[in-house]
Amino acid sequence: MKKGTVKVKRGLAQMLKGGVIMDVTNAEQAGIAEDAGAVAVMALEKVPADIRAAGGVARMADPAKIQEIMDAVSIPVMAKVRIGHFAEAQILEAMGVDFIDESEVLTPADEQNHIDKHKFKVPFVCGARNLGEALRRIAEGAAMIRTKGEAGSGNIVEAVRHMRLVMGEIRRLKSMREDELYYAAKELQAPLDLVRETAKLGRLPVVNFAAGGIATPADASLMMQLGADGIFVGSGIFKSSDPEARARAIVEATTHYDDFELLAEISKGIGEPMKGLDIRQLKPEELLQVRGV
Amino acid sequence: MKVGVLALQGDVAEHLSAMKRAIRRRGEVIAVKKAEQVSKLDGLVIPGGESTTIGKLIQKYGIDKAIHANPELAIFGTCAGAILLAKEIEGYEQFSLKLMDITVARNAFGRQRESFEVDLTIPALGEKPFHAVFIRAPIITRAGKGVEVLARVDDAIVLARQGRYLACAFHPELTRDSRLHRYFADIAAGNL
Repeated sequence: MKKGTVKVKRGLAQMLKGGVIMDVTNAEQAGIAEDAGAVAVMALEKVPADIRAAGGVARMADPAKIQEIMDAVSIPVMAKVRIGHFAEAQILEAMGVDFIDESEVLTPADEQNHIDKHKFKVPFVCGARNLGEALRRIAEGAAMIRTKGEAGSGNIVEAVRHMRLVMGEIRRLKSMREDELYYAAKELQAPLDLVRETAKLGRLPVVNFAAGGIATPADASLMMQLGADGIFVGSGIFKSSDPEARARAIVEATTHYDDFELLAEISKGIGEPMKGLDIRQLKPEELLQVRGV
Repeated sequence: MKVGVLALQGDVAEHLSAMKRAIRRRGEVIAVKKAEQVSKLDGLVIPGGESTTIGKLIQKYGIDKAIHANPELAIFGTCAGAILLAKEIEGYEQFSLKLMDITVARNAFGRQRESFEVDLTIPALGEKPFHAVFIRAPIITRAGKGVEVLARVDDAIVLARQGRYLACAFHPELTRDSRLHRYFADIAAGNL
């Protein structure tokens, strides 16, 4: 009997496909997410929009808070650690958290090194803006990738940019001759074996979700049509006027992302979405996506 | 023969390709999202995923009624799918189709860090061991009359059949071994 293998780590991500993972900050919100049909919850002290507003150093959540959420639901529970902070990750693994997000939403602990994720039995998800970043994270042992988007912005534009870049670069690899992949690996700053595997598969070797700015059922449909395997919604649910209705609607929209008559019905009467930010009005130091490349 | 893979949530693509490998030219394999597709099927695979999520979407779009209205339909449930086939689920008030006289315990081996791979003995599939991947897997804690136990891990039942229903706690779609998908195709075709 072998535990913590690549297959079981990547496998859990495969089981989440076509689903929605929701940020929650307490047991009550976790219950709302589970009842709405979330496939997993991300346990946090603050949703990204509030992290952004609060400023200061954002760290792993209080383990008591994470435990409260783990005790409240039967679906998998994820939690975030700072980039490179392997001690936070060791603590979450010891608690039995099901998936760790090494996340740019928290303040990085290491500006060069990400966590060596091969050393853990628990799977990791990491953010990426392009194919090179995605493959570097997979090389470090990530079992799942998500677009970075711009967390807490309620604005889909960055998630779209990142998903189009990743998918476009994969399409380009697919069209290359074998002898061109060496140079492609050099350009992408990614290991050759993963570049070859991606070119052969025509997709990332792990599951790839959309994250960072999803606020409406239409946003979920857009990301699924661009090739996402599933959806993370952070601030978009509990910063909206009717979290229950919006959570249910985004779950249904992720399943039926290509049925537009149904999407019209799903999108009706679910209250006001979160307000959101114009990315162009953020200062460069306010962007979360540039952390940990 | 027509076999569907329920495509509401979970590892649908893996089951579609495993099923296609298993039945080749014997029939057609389709993704199923709508209730009206169910009446035309001989077999339905309910994939791995989250049983609470898939259960809610099954009810919301009337797929449960369509399944109950097709008396010839064979069903293969893996992991979440096995939970959805069960008559009883220990400790949780959640939807299931209640088609098999079994009781299941969810996440029976523990949380994700306890997920594992192991070689199983499955006499119904021959002598060669079956490499099985268990992810936050359930077990079958009670098998009623007429339920045939096909495999165990230690004492826990992880594969069982009742007539045209097959419940599997692990993920045969995550390996290249098509024997269990072929076994189900034979059930759906009425050969087994």
